[in-house]
Amino acid sequence: MALLNIKNLTVKFATATGSFTAVDGIDVHVDRGEVLAIVGESGSGKSVSMLAVMGLLPDTATITADEMTYDGRDISNLSASERRHLIGREITMIFQEPVASLNPSFTVGFQIEEVLRLNLGLSRDDARARALDLFRAVGIPEPETKINAYPHQMSGGQCQRVMIAIAIASNPRLLIADEPTTALDVTIQKQILDLLMKLQEDYGMALILITHDMGVVAETADRVVVQYQGKKMEEADVLSLFEAPQHPYTRALLSALPENATGDRLPTVSDFFAQEAAR
Amino acid sequence: MSDTSNLAAPVKLSDAAIRRRMLAEFWFYFSQNRGAVIGLVVFVLLVLTAVFAGIIAPHDPTTQYREALLVPPVWAEGGSAQFLLGTDAVGRDMLSRLIFGAQYSLFIGIVVVSIALVGGIIIGLLAGFFGGWIDNVIMRMMDVILAFPSLLLALVLVAVLGPGLTNAMIAIAIVYQPHFARLTRAAVMTEMKREYVTAARVAGAGNLRLMFKTILPNCLGPLIVQATLSFSSAVLDSAALGFLGMGAQPPAPEWGTMLAEAREFILRAWWVVTFPGLAILVSVLAINLMGDGLRDALDPKLKRS
Amino acid sequence: MIRFILSKLLYLVPTFIGITIIAFSFVRILPGDPVLLMAGERGVTPERHAELSAQLGYDQPIVLQYFDFLGRLLQGDMGNSLVTKKPVLDEFLTLFPATVELGLCAIIIATVIGVTVGVFAAIRRGSWFDQISMTLALVGFSMPIFWWGLLLIIFFSGILGWTPVSGRISLLYYFPNVTGFMLIDSLLSGQKGAFTSALSHLILPSLVLATIPLAVIARQTRSAMLEVMGEDYVRTARAKGMPQYRVIGIHALRNAMVPVVTTIGLQIGVLMAGAILTETIFSWPGIGKWMIDSISRRDYPVVQSGLLLIAALVMIVNLLVDLTYGLINPRIRVK
Repeated sequence: MALLNIKNLTVKFATATGSFTAVDGIDVHVDRGEVLAIVGESGSGKSVSMLAVMGLLPDTATITADEMTYDGRDISNLSASERRHLIGREITMIFQEPVASLNPSFTVGFQIEEVLRLNLGLSRDDARARALDLFRAVGIPEPETKINAYPHQMSGGQCQRVMIAIAIASNPRLLIADEPTTALDVTIQKQILDLLMKLQEDYGMALILITHDMGVVAETADRVVVQYQGKKMEEADVLSLFEAPQHPYTRALLSALPENATGDRLPTVSDFFAQEAAR
Repeated sequence: MSDTSNLAAPVKLSDAAIRRRMLAEFWFYFSQNRGAVIGLVVFVLLVLTAVFAGIIAPHDPTTQYREALLVPPVWAEGGSAQFLLGTDAVGRDMLSRLIFGAQYSLFIGIVVVSIALVGGIIIGLLAGFFGGWIDNVIMRMMDVILAFPSLLLALVLVAVLGPGLTNAMIAIAIVYQPHFARLTRAAVMTEMKREYVTAARVAGAGNLRLMFKTILPNCLGPLIVQATLSFSSAVLDSAALGFLGMGAQPPAPEWGTMLAEAREFILRAWWVVTFPGLAILVSVLAINLMGDGLRDALDPKLKRS
Repeated sequence: MIRFILSKLLYLVPTFIGITIIAFSFVRILPGDPVLLMAGERGVTPERHAELSAQLGYDQPIVLQYFDFLGRLLQGDMGNSLVTKKPVLDEFLTLFPATVELGLCAIIIATVIGVTVGVFAAIRRGSWFDQISMTLALVGFSMPIFWWGLLLIIFFSGILGWTPVSGRISLLYYFPNVTGFMLIDSLLSGQKGAFTSALSHLILPSLVLATIPLAVIARQTRSAMLEVMGEDYVRTARAKGMPQYRVIGIHALRNAMVPVVTTIGLQIGVLMAGAILTETIFSWPGIGKWMIDSISRRDYPVVQSGLLLIAALVMIVNLLVDLTYGLINPRIRVK
């Protein structure tokens, strides 16, 4: 049985110029311990669908789905307190801009101990000890000093490690990572990805990795979902996707890898379609 | 399934067409704000009242009817249809005085904002454009003026220059200038870093042309918003000065001055106190509503989606 | 942080000098002979004129006069009032607590109510509470407070008879002046009903004075909260499963307060202007009324020094606001 099962998810936003459909009839499912990658360009709705599951969308969003279950439970109509027992404990999420995702007015120690004390009921001293352990687990150097630092004093990579530490603090069964490395230096990106994969293995959690980078997908995912303009284009296990992509859009994405560049222009998706049309 | 986007050839618009488009877009956002539109309507009514005061007002604002002192408004006991809003302590018709008072308020607002705007813009342009020690000196001077509570400074200025409407307007305008100077300077400094300024300079534009034709038009947004704010503040402050006896002098039907004369009758004749203040409140409120709408329409960052 | 504080302090010096120059110039701008002006209608004999001129240093070059003025100022000598003949500084210090009491009450009311309303309006954006409270805020912001005070007097004192019309305390009570704050002194005196009387005298002027700051603070809090609530870290707090009261009251509010504190501080400067009008209407014996009376009585030493003292006060308050901002903004507090 799948850990997370979503069928026909649609998310519409009410805007000044009418209703905008960000997600249009998507199906997503993740099994226990599985790594799923959701790939797409900006605006494909990949983040919005996961934010909808977490309940983090603004009030202007209307969410409808035929089915939205976690571990067999229906999570589409939870009360606020029921939702809080799920989100932040069993299902956690990390975001794209790590420095902006941390509260600038509180130390990082405060922000992780908050989770440990409120969600896990730890005492102040236990929370501090566990926080230091978590910092060590995510590879933050000198955790005793860093724990009293403010986000603006830390680099993007370190902040993302803190976010990951916060996310795994409650031993979640599902971690959603929304473009976790996009805002980071290329050299740091690999470190963070490796960290995520190692933690995924150690903790046995399911991981949904949202990205636009096919290279990341190749290195990390078990299964891949390709999205475009709010709709699902293709879903396959990672090997099949790369060896024999079915959907023209997937093929276009793969052809747009910088490695496939010929001449002095980077290939784009529309280039691919132009070539196909010319043929 | 291939989704080749249909690329239309880009259309070149004339300057006038671009301006019309911007105006239409501006009006679209402005009109969405109900309060702003109400403010605009009230303001237009105010302007019309001031312009046609001579025709609308039932009486002359300074004529004293000795036999009709402190007459209540028409709907109260003892009221008369001849004086719809009653009369004051020396028998002058309240309604007519209020109507003519609109002339004073609008005149004051326009004069004060004009002086402060022009002066502030010039100072701000100089400071932002030349930078360096000129900027430092100018901004220090502005900070010194800003260190004084505005009303107090205006008050002392008027005390020194002598009470009266003209001096009150000059005093208030001087006190408001730093706000415009600061805004202009900040906007100029931001714009100076942009490429189009460097481009214009390379093309050979002289300093004056750069300042006024190139940079200034792009700083207008916040200046317009500040101008409406200063307009309403000017009406309030000049009324305050009038109330304190330092502004327009009696028998001028300026709303603040009317309040000063009415003060001793607050418990006896409520209408002499209520109506002038209400007139001030409504006018200032209308202008502030417009100002809010202007700010929302002109500042793209605040546009809600 | 240290550098921040030092730079702010250093900045005070030229501003203070500028203030003294302006205050000094005011009286000198007056057309006509300053000695004759001060003598007023009584006139003055030529010998007395020469005597006064020498005494007050008016026969010296203007620059020397300025330094003389500055020197005396720094020693605390600001001249004597032409009306009461007492030192200006003494009068200022006597009347100062009354204005402080009024101002303090007003800013507390404005902050507590303003921030609360602003936060709720932001949380319930678009609701009737939001629309009504923001409309009321706009009305408060547009209010001529001298009229508003008169209206409240008509209603609460005239019609309802709940509050007194003027003064700080009923004339029935007399007790020694310990702190200068009527609320505290009346409590200390132990006289029955004194505190209530002081409170009832204080409430209406405080409300009137608080009106504009309240409106501004409410609007500013609302817009600061709205901006903060859209930030990523608020979303993270929700994603961590934090309860709503914590997300709003701790994570959001703590950051929204940073610009709001600056606004509150700036409003204190605005309060000084408002105090002039409020004290006049309620015959509140504070600095504002003192300045007005002195201006109309042409008591120039008082006008000059009063102006200077008030401006210096506002300058210090602004400095404290800047420092507080540096304290609560972690990017400045911790490098």
